[in-house]
Amino acid sequence: MNELKKYGIDPSRGLEFGIYTLGDHLPNPITGERVSAEERVHEIIEYAKLADQAGLDFFSVGESHQEYFVTQAHSVVLSAIAQATKNIKIASSSTIISTSDPVRVYEDFATIDLISKGRAEIIAGRASRVGLFDLLGYDLRNYEELFEEKFELLMKINEEEVVNWSGEFRAPLRNAQVLPRPKNSFIPIWRAVGGTPASAIRAGIAGAPMFMAHLGGPASVFKRTVDAYREAARNSGFNPAELPVATAGFFYAAESSQQALKDMYPHINEGMKKTNGAGFPKQHFAQGVDPHNIMNIGSPQQIIEKILYQHEMFGHQRYIAQIDFGGMPFEKVMKNVEIIGTEILPAIRKYTKKSEA
Amino acid sequence: MKIVGLSGSKVGSKTRTAMDYTMKTIAEHYPEVEITLLDLADYDIPFSDGRNYLEYDGDAGYVTKTLMEADAIIIGTPIFQASIPATLKNIFDLLPQNAFLDKVVSVVVTAGSAKHYLIVEQQLKPILAYMKAQIVQTYVFIEEKDFYRKEITDDDVLFRIERLVEDTIVLTETFSEIREKKEAKYDF
Repeated sequence: MNELKKYGIDPSRGLEFGIYTLGDHLPNPITGERVSAEERVHEIIEYAKLADQAGLDFFSVGESHQEYFVTQAHSVVLSAIAQATKNIKIASSSTIISTSDPVRVYEDFATIDLISKGRAEIIAGRASRVGLFDLLGYDLRNYEELFEEKFELLMKINEEEVVNWSGEFRAPLRNAQVLPRPKNSFIPIWRAVGGTPASAIRAGIAGAPMFMAHLGGPASVFKRTVDAYREAARNSGFNPAELPVATAGFFYAAESSQQALKDMYPHINEGMKKTNGAGFPKQHFAQGVDPHNIMNIGSPQQIIEKILYQHEMFGHQRYIAQIDFGGMPFEKVMKNVEIIGTEILPAIRKYTKKSEA
Repeated sequence: MKIVGLSGSKVGSKTRTAMDYTMKTIAEHYPEVEITLLDLADYDIPFSDGRNYLEYDGDAGYVTKTLMEADAIIIGTPIFQASIPATLKNIFDLLPQNAFLDKVVSVVVTAGSAKHYLIVEQQLKPILAYMKAQIVQTYVFIEEKDFYRKEITDDDVLFRIERLVEDTIVLTETFSEIREKKEAKYDF
């Protein structure tokens, strides 16, 4: 029996492989040039199409309300992607539920689900950059409460056709029907977790699937986060076997690990300087190619071994690669999708699929 | 090379006086160094609410961005209630965790009493080390008796400031050379 069916995951097909973009719109640090916003949005839609054609399982787009980003209206971009793709699952990474109305978010994603014929998912997060609280008129002091209350309401709308609810940050709902309903009357809703056990524990307590983003460091450190999540879920009466886990982070494949580091580093370093205010130390990045480091950077064969090592350690159901950050030239992004589709994905599926015994 | 002086208090004038001497020493001996003095008495900065420093406008945005762009920072601080002033601690709280990575940080401290000599050692240096600073280990400790109105009257203090400036600059150059050499080895 497939315990993860509720979330549309079939372990007999092996570890799912996906791609996420933050929707950043940064200059290419090597040329100093930046494509237009129009071009960047079309790149992202094209990126999803290519991932779909290459047989990948998942594609998601983030929401960041600040300079150097272009997919603030990420659900609108996702609806274009829904129309342009056929089989790939599509989602947000993440939807900042704290500063949105869960009713509107659900309406948007149920509609995307209908357009895509049942392929939509929501990953709900709290925002790692908090400028949007000012922009959208929320008080940062309610950072935790806004997220918890709105996430709870979003889950409730998903589970119940008629909603009765009252809370602190939104008008109450009385016998409210949130329409349209998605194709299978349910959308997988994940919690975005930044990699620390504290936030993973809260995801476990909520009994929601966990989407864990990570920068770098040894995979074993993130194992503690995954363990903490499952432990918290178990203690709250949920069966961890029924809750999928996804990991998401930097990915870059080239003919050698040295070439991969060379191609990717300037984009990560300069991109992070502009969006987070501090670069990525070279010393840390160099460690990214270590077989035990969670960053999936290297030759296709090295990356396959890394992902299998991580899969053995985490027992996760989905890995999601971030390739296009920091003004990465689109031809390099396309090349990576091709390598994933032809070399990496077939090997990962072969070694991770579980027989239905 | 960019050196930023940070005078960490809104109270009194001694720390600012000491920082003026320090910045003047740099300007006289190292005219090629780009210097900026940030006196927190001149700025209206809210307490940190946890946002990224890039998301602050106004004085908080200016002060944090100026510090983040520095190669070296010379902190001037008085001692209040046997510790650093809240205004200075707030600057640390506004900055990211690894804000002083690849930066040299040195300290000039003014105090009403010699009893406060170890406050920098025990309270300020651990914060700087946590934030990844390369710390100039010797700091300049100046007592109230070394000032007369807005002047430093003890030559020894002036000599120590000169040495602190030299150490700060030499270490900044040295660490940047070491870093360049190390990074070249990575070949990416």
